[in-house]
Amino acid sequence: MSGALPVIAAREIRALFVAPPAWILLAVVQAVLGYVFLIRLDIFLELQPRIAALPSAPGLGSLVIAPLLRSAAFVPLLVVPLITMRLFAEERQRGTLPLLLSAPVSATTVVLGKFLGVLALLFVALLLNALLPLSLLLGAGLDWGQFAAGYLALALVLAAYAAAGLLISTLCNSPGVAAIATSGVLLLLWALDWAGDRGGGWLAAMSMVSHLDTLLRGVVDTRDLAYFVLFIATCIVFAVRRLEALRLHA
Amino acid sequence: MNRVRAGTQGRAIAEVYHPRIRDYSRAPAGRRRACAMLIVSASMEAQPLIRVTDLHRRYGELHAVRGVSFTVAHGAVMGLLGLNGAGKSTIMRMLCGVLAPSAGRIHIAGFDLLRDPLAAKRRIGYLPDRPPLYPELSVDEQLRFSARLHGIPRGRVAAALAQAKERCGLKDSGRRLIAHLSQGYRQRVGIAQAIVHRPAVVVLDEPTVTLDPRQISGIRALIREIGRACAVVLSTHILAEVQVVCDRVLILDEGRVALDAALDDLADVSVTTTRIALEFPPSMEELVALPGVHRVESLADGRWRLHHAASWPVDGLTRRALGAGWGLRELVPERCSLEQRFFDLTKRDLGTDQPGGTAPA
Repeated sequence: MSGALPVIAAREIRALFVAPPAWILLAVVQAVLGYVFLIRLDIFLELQPRIAALPSAPGLGSLVIAPLLRSAAFVPLLVVPLITMRLFAEERQRGTLPLLLSAPVSATTVVLGKFLGVLALLFVALLLNALLPLSLLLGAGLDWGQFAAGYLALALVLAAYAAAGLLISTLCNSPGVAAIATSGVLLLLWALDWAGDRGGGWLAAMSMVSHLDTLLRGVVDTRDLAYFVLFIATCIVFAVRRLEALRLHA
Repeated sequence: MNRVRAGTQGRAIAEVYHPRIRDYSRAPAGRRRACAMLIVSASMEAQPLIRVTDLHRRYGELHAVRGVSFTVAHGAVMGLLGLNGAGKSTIMRMLCGVLAPSAGRIHIAGFDLLRDPLAAKRRIGYLPDRPPLYPELSVDEQLRFSARLHGIPRGRVAAALAQAKERCGLKDSGRRLIAHLSQGYRQRVGIAQAIVHRPAVVVLDEPTVTLDPRQISGIRALIREIGRACAVVLSTHILAEVQVVCDRVLILDEGRVALDAALDDLADVSVTTTRIALEFPPSMEELVALPGVHRVESLADGRWRLHHAASWPVDGLTRRALGAGWGLRELVPERCSLEQRFFDLTKRDLGTDQPGGTAPA
């Protein structure tokens, strides 16, 4: 029943925002990224007089916004697991899962509801982050195409983190284990890129970074979009299957 | 749905319309809906609200539920009794769709729980052994969540909430956080979230555990009241509770039904033991020699239990006791109590009890 989807998402959002962790997370992420932004801006101001004469000099977009977004994709790697760990592991630990399983709601609705709940928090973080480059409008212009592609990339990366964390949370009985496992998996997906061309380059192709970097350059390639969409869909489908299987094995 | 109206009148109308279902589909929509509702409620009363057929559940090697079948009718309260590990919670979880059966069928108000899970689950309210409550929510928020999850439209949520709180004695606790509630209140919120959507079937796993005596009697009265309008299944370790609350009892032993009986039938079983207390007891042989006595058990404090045939006249005993100066202090005809039946049926060498009696969570 689709009517239950917003109900589940709303409870998830409420559970996130009544507790301090979500606020602290938003504050910490914003503080770290604010620092990165200032450093990058400082570097740009140092370089600008020297490169201004070049015919196609790198502008604010390449020197400030792209590195900022790359950091904005990396920092959540460390904090998203702390948000997603709760999703199912905590329900199992606290004994509230029977309420969802005995309700006239499909497993898909439960999983999507929780996924949307977490996305809401992550997109608040994303909007706060977008305020940093937008503040440049006070004294400079922005490349809106690159800006949009960059934030699309960030949104996709955050959704992918959330989907992976959601799946791992259905696999674990305790939130702590889910958090550690999620951090490990996400770091690995990030680090796959370091393989470079070894192994025929397919390891790097599986990495999130390579797809992220294309988008951050302002190139919206369907291959990269497909990578993220497939990654998210796969995690969600497996999470649904896992939730259904809990009835068999629990 | 107005169940009162759907009584005899409903059945009569249903009979009129039932053979002509195709015809009345052309009737005005309002009337059509009313007729359909009456037919549904009439058929709901005709068939049991819960029908469980040959239910099995295995946890790996452990065969926790082995071929359990039973039905519960509208307006009945059924008590599930059994030792730890007998399969009570497992059966209740399967009834509510939280756990899939290894084999067997479950019908809730005529809907197959496995084939049509959403329709069946809409008619179930479930209180697991741990109330499924979110500590960060207030009582109102928790109940609103439960109501919305069970498909109560937004406009009717407030009324449903008010009614559930009224019934569970939570009228003034709506704004309190669940994290700050005592065990007894949490249990009440647990029951309230199970009945807030007015389900036809209510399943309560040990509803009165952790409550104080006053709360227990309140909750028992509430369960009786809930039982009037729907079918209730509850599990408990307190045998007296079954006698107070239930119409029927299902005693489980190692995953099988050991007894399925109406409580009234149990009470009718005639007296076959009498307990006596004697100040100056004679030898065991003299007691066994009494007319009609099969066997004598010696209990503590000069008490004895005489096993005899049904409708045994006690005057033989009293005359003898007076004549011989045994000093008769007590004479208690022992009803075949539920407790006695329970222990007879679940008699088991404690040494061979299954390790880790309760089912894994």
